[in-house]
Amino acid sequence: MLHKLFMYEALREAIDEEMARDKRVFVLGEDVGHYGGSYKVTKQLHTKYGDLRVLDTPIAENSFTGMAIGAAMTGLKPVVEGMNLSFLLLAFNQISNNAGMLHYTSGGNWSIPLVIRGPGGIGKQLSAEHSQRIEAYFQAVPGLKIVACSTPYNAKGLLKAAIRDNNPVLFLEHVLLYNLKQEIPKQEYVLPLDKAQVVREGSDVTIITYSRMLHHVMQAVKQLVAQGMNPEVIDLISLKPIDLETLVTSVSKTHKAIIVEECMQTGGIAAEVMAQIYSHAFDELDAPIRRLSSKDVPTPYNGYLEQACLVQPTQIVEAVKTLMST
Amino acid sequence: MWQLKLYRDMVLGRKFEDQCAQMYYRGKMFGFVHLYNGQEAVSTGVIQALAEHDYVCSTYRDHVHALSKGVSPKEVMAELFGKQTGCSKGRGGSMHLFSAPHRFLGGFAFIGEGIPIALGAAFSSLYQHNLWGVPMSVTACFFGDGTSNNGQFYECLNMAVLWKLPMIFVVENNQWAIGMAHHRSTSEVEIYEKAKMFGMPALEVDGMDVLAVHEVAKEAVERARSAKGPTLIEALTYRFRGHSLADPDELRAKQQKAIWMARDPITQLSSWLIEQELVTQEQLDKIHREIDIIISDAVQFALSSEEAKDLYQYVYAS
Repeated sequence: MLHKLFMYEALREAIDEEMARDKRVFVLGEDVGHYGGSYKVTKQLHTKYGDLRVLDTPIAENSFTGMAIGAAMTGLKPVVEGMNLSFLLLAFNQISNNAGMLHYTSGGNWSIPLVIRGPGGIGKQLSAEHSQRIEAYFQAVPGLKIVACSTPYNAKGLLKAAIRDNNPVLFLEHVLLYNLKQEIPKQEYVLPLDKAQVVREGSDVTIITYSRMLHHVMQAVKQLVAQGMNPEVIDLISLKPIDLETLVTSVSKTHKAIIVEECMQTGGIAAEVMAQIYSHAFDELDAPIRRLSSKDVPTPYNGYLEQACLVQPTQIVEAVKTLMST
Repeated sequence: MWQLKLYRDMVLGRKFEDQCAQMYYRGKMFGFVHLYNGQEAVSTGVIQALAEHDYVCSTYRDHVHALSKGVSPKEVMAELFGKQTGCSKGRGGSMHLFSAPHRFLGGFAFIGEGIPIALGAAFSSLYQHNLWGVPMSVTACFFGDGTSNNGQFYECLNMAVLWKLPMIFVVENNQWAIGMAHHRSTSEVEIYEKAKMFGMPALEVDGMDVLAVHEVAKEAVERARSAKGPTLIEALTYRFRGHSLADPDELRAKQQKAIWMARDPITQLSSWLIEQELVTQEQLDKIHREIDIIISDAVQFALSSEEAKDLYQYVYAS
């Protein structure tokens, strides 16, 4: 049995199911309760579960994130919503020192079963502060898991897995994907957090991407296929740790790779993915790995400049064609 | 006799820290080591008012808080030596002591970052009490005067009062944030007055008088446990040593130090116990001898334990 849901509804179903299943699960953040969440992911949950389990917090990101960590250490399973994930830069210390590292520094005394989720990425002219790509900043933190969903189907299955995981998971939802619609199973399903997904099997070149850029890649792939090419497309899903096995298997087949990401080039996810493939599968490559990242500038407000900052499908088509001709 | 229990706990803290200083200078422990000498009445007075199922959250000056909460001196000493048998398996060190079995949330080394963690433990207690009837646990959160100028402090005062969390904020006002004198860093030197602005019951207590600290702590614990909400206790105290063992401690006046050292909380309690004819000197001496053995055993345990091993263990939880 299938039903057609927007991505925000799929995410809401995931939280609702997990809250019904496990009383330790609770939601907290700015406007998650009475207001229903800035993108309606927690709409009406407070009427079903009450104000304690759907906790509206004051605007104090570092402190309520730390509070969630303390609650996770002492028997609960908090789901923090960053109203906009960019705001979690204000909680960097808690996410790094205490969510990421505490299991290690405490020698296993404490586990932090915590999900931090919310809208991220570059939206439509939201300007620099609200258009951060925080995965780049957080990928260096030991002990964190970072997961990016890209469709209503994987959003639901991955969020349920993240809530059940015994580690802190930074769960990235893209602000422009909430209104994406898809038929998904009515019966319960959970997807693995640590596996990349081969979205399209192919033989000529491996295109590695995640989150919203998957959709730019798929637009480009249509054109590439029409021109006789057969690319393989991989959705990373897990940005930390990277599912190297799936990447190496693919590169060993296609011998060419290109990475498409929305984060900045400097210190981005592609930088790490490239380094890992070079370290583990250099001999399989017939050409240097290409990467298409957004530009190393603060995200501009102006619509044309914003588009120029982002990787566009036509650029992907050109880059793949150039790579194929080497 | 409960007063003797307080005495014993303070002597354990003092002798443990004196031994740490020796071991640091002998090259057995490393990094930043912040000793608690002089402040014992605060740890003992508050933590001895708690139950086993209550939580304690500490700072980088955490050895004695851990001991008061019941973490064994062996495990704490072994941690300071970086050994696998340490309470944090040698991964944490002096500023990061943890013990889940003792509900010791940990040593948090950045200023103020432990307060939200303690707030979370208190929220968890309230949640579990309300949703499935678990007896209410209380969380005591320790921090210093320097922290009271930090935003997390105010954010958490607000939330603790807002949700009536079972929590005690314990400010150990030793008047010095490393080299920054309290009056040079804050617009209102009476820290407890700041909590009152949030509608939180708050008071000042002589932090060199363990009986006084214990008395106010018991009231705060009772308030928290009966879901009446948080309390802030500002204990006026003094550290007898520098900020850490690496601090030359050049700014604090000798005269100021002498005044406070004359008010040593351990000597004050022993004099009182003898004056009241509650104990004999011989009973107190016996406690000292027993604790000397405990400390010596802790050092032997730490020395003979194996170094921490397996670099990758504990990065992720299973």
